[in-house]
Amino acid sequence: MNVGLEHYLTVSFLLFALGLLGVVMRRNLLVIYMSLELMLNAANLALVSFSRFNNQLDGQVLVFFIITVAAAEVAVGLALIVALYRKRQTAHVEDLTSMKL
Amino acid sequence: MEAINNLISGGAVMDVLFYVFAALTLLCGVLVVANPFSRNPVTSAMFLVLTIISMAGLFVLLHAFFLAAVQIIVYAGAVIVLFLFVIMLLDLKEEQRRKIKMFGLVGGLVSVGAIAAISLKALRTTNPGANLSAPQLEGGTNDLGQVLFKQYVLPFEVVSVLLLVAMVGVILLSKKDLK
Repeated sequence: MNVGLEHYLTVSFLLFALGLLGVVMRRNLLVIYMSLELMLNAANLALVSFSRFNNQLDGQVLVFFIITVAAAEVAVGLALIVALYRKRQTAHVEDLTSMKL
Repeated sequence: MEAINNLISGGAVMDVLFYVFAALTLLCGVLVVANPFSRNPVTSAMFLVLTIISMAGLFVLLHAFFLAAVQIIVYAGAVIVLFLFVIMLLDLKEEQRRKIKMFGLVGGLVSVGAIAAISLKALRTTNPGANLSAPQLEGGTNDLGQVLFKQYVLPFEVVSVLLLVAMVGVILLSKKDLK
């Protein structure tokens, strides 16, 4: 059986579900952030496989931009986490309850 | 490039390689999220590197050579190093096993399973790859550069401004006392 678009998309969906599971289940702020990266990568894989199987290069250009934005996002997010850690001495989401009613 | 092209255009080899890289990606993804042996964020970061690298392998199988290189350079080279630096800076202890609330566990698993089931079902019913012609696209540096600098020049420039803004923001955020 030949590997086609469906196979790549299946991998992408499963990877996205894994990232979502990490965001929901893990309690460490840094690991949650890594799971976000996993979800972003799943989207990239779907875009690249659509681009390849539709013979259009635009999807790959979009992935290029997504990778750039993700790098900027990681830098800002990690700076925020460090600032938060300086204030609260914790990177654990259950200790960050100041917005709880 | 030519050697890689010749190697991966042989159908059976390519299929086997796809399954190897896909299994590696998913396995390492599981170990990032739910490692049964270690709760240490460093372990998660290391398995994230493996996930990214095997995903770069999948990109090569999709003939997106430039993106595979960018993936390794930017993610494995820059993003993960940033993560490791922050882990070092924060001096995180091994995450002790707190009691997981039953409601959160069941709710999380059900919602994630539902989203995976819905997307896979949608894939099976729409079947997007059914009547597509054979893929011919090559994503080498030259091909991608042609599109990027002809059709997408404006977004390219805007993204450079975005990177500048992010840099200024990070410097501001990591100052000791904001004035």
